[in-house]
Amino acid sequence: MTLSQSEFAYVSQLVRKEASIVLAPGKEYLVEARLIPVARVVGAPNVNEFLAELQRRPNPVNQRKIIDALTTNETSWFRDREPFAALTDVVLPELVKSRGPVRKLRFWSAASSSGQEAYSLAITMQEALPPGWSYEIMGTDISTVMVKRAETAEYSQVEVNRGLPASQLVQYFERAGAHWRITQQLRRNVSFRLMNLTTPLPPMQPFDVIFLRNVLIYFDVATKRTVLQNVARLLRPDGWLFLGAAETTIGIDDSYERVAAGRTSAYRVRNGVPAGAARRG
Amino acid sequence: MRAMVIDDSRAMRMILKRIVTKLNFEALEAGDGKEALDLLATLTEVPDLALIDWNMPNMNGLEFVTHVRADPRLREMTLVMVTTESEQSQIVRALAAGAHEYVIKPFTEGAMIEKLALLGLVPTGANS
Repeated sequence: MTLSQSEFAYVSQLVRKEASIVLAPGKEYLVEARLIPVARVVGAPNVNEFLAELQRRPNPVNQRKIIDALTTNETSWFRDREPFAALTDVVLPELVKSRGPVRKLRFWSAASSSGQEAYSLAITMQEALPPGWSYEIMGTDISTVMVKRAETAEYSQVEVNRGLPASQLVQYFERAGAHWRITQQLRRNVSFRLMNLTTPLPPMQPFDVIFLRNVLIYFDVATKRTVLQNVARLLRPDGWLFLGAAETTIGIDDSYERVAAGRTSAYRVRNGVPAGAARRG
Repeated sequence: MRAMVIDDSRAMRMILKRIVTKLNFEALEAGDGKEALDLLATLTEVPDLALIDWNMPNMNGLEFVTHVRADPRLREMTLVMVTTESEQSQIVRALAAGAHEYVIKPFTEGAMIEKLALLGLVPTGANS
């Protein structure tokens, strides 16, 4: 069984419209593989029947299931390492200086998937922030399934093997049957919510650091620009934006400038208010 | 770079050897901790890495780690437990005995490479 051109076109349009994700021709096998479990869950005999029924009688719940199935990506702890090292070595020392009176930092893991990045940020803060400081981390994702998963904070043995040092596994996790659960101490600083980065974002307190990594690669240039503009409004004038290694703002949104951050790069809003002035805001 | 794979399962030794060989390690192997110590005694150059199962006949992985840590000649060897033992207390015991990292079976090749990257034995991103 393979997807017909029209079935693939239907899924592509749906995902493009609802999540702004471009599914290039040639991804039929991926779409089919991701939709097989969805078809099974809704009781359809196969993916073709599932899509045919959905086209005959559009059903927002099942459409959402398609979007969830096609927007979830594998992730690991401290993915790529360097951004986390830059956070500890470069970003935090500067923010600690400029936020001295407030002693609180806000982080956003945009497109947080199953939560590993948000919790990796929390572990980093637990270990790097000076005593007396607090932090908040918000994770957002377009998938309701992923938001729920991240909130559950439970991970399989296979998942905790992925990039997580054993010393941190025993310190920040507890056993939950066959799984591992993030400790309450860490969970209380992290929250998750549903959010589509390509639509106007709800009002939120600005963030000191935004991780928007391996997200833009899925979008066309116009959508990338929209996302970067949306994000810029929520980044403090002296805040830091981290993108994936294969992503950049250059040629897409000139309001950012790329700056060196340890052994990697980060982005800051051009002509941002000097760090010392920001705390009055 | 040389890696020693210590596991009483021949199949697991094959899997681990395949992974480390891909990462440009020369692979040595032993079926238990005692055999590994005997082999180490014959080597003039100490391996950079040992991947160690926990439950093995003659000498288990934890005992092997304890022996290695007590021997100044083997001080530079990086020790990674690779085991089905997954209780939190056991991980703590292994780290306290001197293991540098801990990989719980089952694991993916990518997960193993990420652990070795954490230890600086392979470049970050070797997995991508």
